[in-house]
Amino acid sequence: MHKGNRVTFYILIVPVLLWLVLLIILPHIDLFISSFQVQNDAGDSVFSLDNYKAFFDDKIYWLTFLNTLAYAIGVTFLTFLVAFPVAFFLTKVVSRKYASFLTLLLLIPLWVGELVTIYGWMIILGDHGIINEFLKYIGVIDKPIHLLYTDLSMIIGLLYMSVLFMIVPIMSTLESLDDSLIEAASDLGASKWAIFTKIVIPYSMPGITSGSIIVFMLVIGDYVAPDILGGKSSLWFTEQIYNDFLSTFNWNEGAAFGFLLLIISSVIVWVALKLSGQKLERVGQ
Amino acid sequence: MSKILEVKNLTKEFDKFTAVKDVDFFVEEGGFFSILGPSGCGKTTLLRMISGFIEQTSGDILIKGQSMTGIPPENRPVNIVFQNLALFPMMNVYENVAFGLKRKKIEKNEIKESVLSMLSRVGLEGFEKKKVTELSGGQRQRVAIARSLVMKPSILLLDEPLGALDRQLREHMKIELKLLQKEIGTTFVYITHDQSEALVMSDKVAVMNKGRFEQIDTPQNLYKNPKTAFTASFVGESNRFDIKRDGNHIITSSGLSFIKDGLQNEVTQLFIRPEAFIIEPAQDDKDIQQMNIKVKTILFDGSNTKISALSEKNDEILISLPQNSKFDDIKEGDTIRVGITQDNLKCF
Repeated sequence: MHKGNRVTFYILIVPVLLWLVLLIILPHIDLFISSFQVQNDAGDSVFSLDNYKAFFDDKIYWLTFLNTLAYAIGVTFLTFLVAFPVAFFLTKVVSRKYASFLTLLLLIPLWVGELVTIYGWMIILGDHGIINEFLKYIGVIDKPIHLLYTDLSMIIGLLYMSVLFMIVPIMSTLESLDDSLIEAASDLGASKWAIFTKIVIPYSMPGITSGSIIVFMLVIGDYVAPDILGGKSSLWFTEQIYNDFLSTFNWNEGAAFGFLLLIISSVIVWVALKLSGQKLERVGQ
Repeated sequence: MSKILEVKNLTKEFDKFTAVKDVDFFVEEGGFFSILGPSGCGKTTLLRMISGFIEQTSGDILIKGQSMTGIPPENRPVNIVFQNLALFPMMNVYENVAFGLKRKKIEKNEIKESVLSMLSRVGLEGFEKKKVTELSGGQRQRVAIARSLVMKPSILLLDEPLGALDRQLREHMKIELKLLQKEIGTTFVYITHDQSEALVMSDKVAVMNKGRFEQIDTPQNLYKNPKTAFTASFVGESNRFDIKRDGNHIITSSGLSFIKDGLQNEVTQLFIRPEAFIIEPAQDDKDIQQMNIKVKTILFDGSNTKISALSEKNDEILISLPQNSKFDDIKEGDTIRVGITQDNLKCF
């Protein structure tokens, strides 16, 4: 290799390596080790599987996890239902001129940050929020309906913060879908519904799958929306981890739960990929 | 022969311009009809109106005597082979060809039978399980044609399907398509900007320019007796001159003079085919108008070799070299005598 190239190579690779090693690999190794440790009576750390055992022994832990899992799958599917028509509209219906402007509009909430958008939803959904005040104004209700701090408000928050991550990959596959494929199907006698289910959806499957993986991982690992918008009954697994670290100061158990979340959700993604016949390499394209 | 497709005074206006103007023609059952024109002449718009993707502004399209106005593409008895073929990439060959039949809710065994027999007809036996992305250009072509033909359309529309192929394969597919059409007997309406495709394959060719049909004729007539200046220049090669008429004399802008009897109208353009020139004709032949030319260069191209020459008035002239070795001694810089008969002077 040319000497100048080599210098450039190191200049470029060093920050990446530092980032990976210092901020991702080292903390994970540390957490991994501490997840297998408990403190004995003398206050020393000793090897133990108790942290992992606690998850399976204590009903509240794995029930919370199953609850979180079910919601995450549900929210992912809801996100797909919302995102697909939007992606289709932006790529196939609107003229190219407006499509990029509208896509930019979609991005705006992302610039504001999750926390701020969630406070925005609190203003909309609160007892004296926009929706309740409006319903009162037109006389549908006398007393406000409780929208905030329920499963509904949590789902809205999760959906809102993740929908873009579903729209973008679906848009990128739909953009490569040649309109002549749709015309060809129509020419061969396919109804609108058949075109949609036999051509458009199968064609955009790689985008749908990658969008679903991102959204599922975002939702199952999210903390802010369930914590702020969710009610007392909607306990999220990340909140258990938070409690371990910051309320009960049981870092070892928190580390173990963190790893369980990582491993189980990865396994679920892998199983889903296998079941849908998609390949990770293709999805990544 | 009955008329399977009739197009009556068809016009399509877009916001700013008229893509198809008052086009009127019919196609006989079992025929191979080509629409030949430069890009942007409106031929694709015409095809999309026949297939139903665009609605005409005025006029009518009749298939087997029935008006197609208001009938959506999925219900018209025509199928189209798209320019880019539009094969479904997520399906294999069998699923692609079976797609249309499945939409008709035909029994599975029947579908299988039709698909397999169609695939063997286009020479793709044993390819059922292949992905369309694994096929060669020619094979993809045949899948697209099989996918349309399996629907047993009254008319098969083809939108420049050979455009994306390389030259050799295109030459081969031209012959294959013509033979396939003869064998199956389905009416083909073929769109192209390639005059050789149109001339080789078709029974009849319509030359289209700026939204209008210039001439509808057999390939032979189109070549030998073009009716308009556009047809003369677009179909085959020609030497073109701007001219003025003075009685039975026609004089080019450079000053060459020919005699042409029987001209009635004002004419402005003269076309002469390269092969219409006779090299070194008998000097005393009164029917052949003769002139001297200076050979600039010889454009060797096998059976299609030509001489690029200058006339006495410095016009560039292309002259075909006959296929015998009689004129092999012609060199650059030679002055030779060439002649032309009156009927080979095409004036417009």
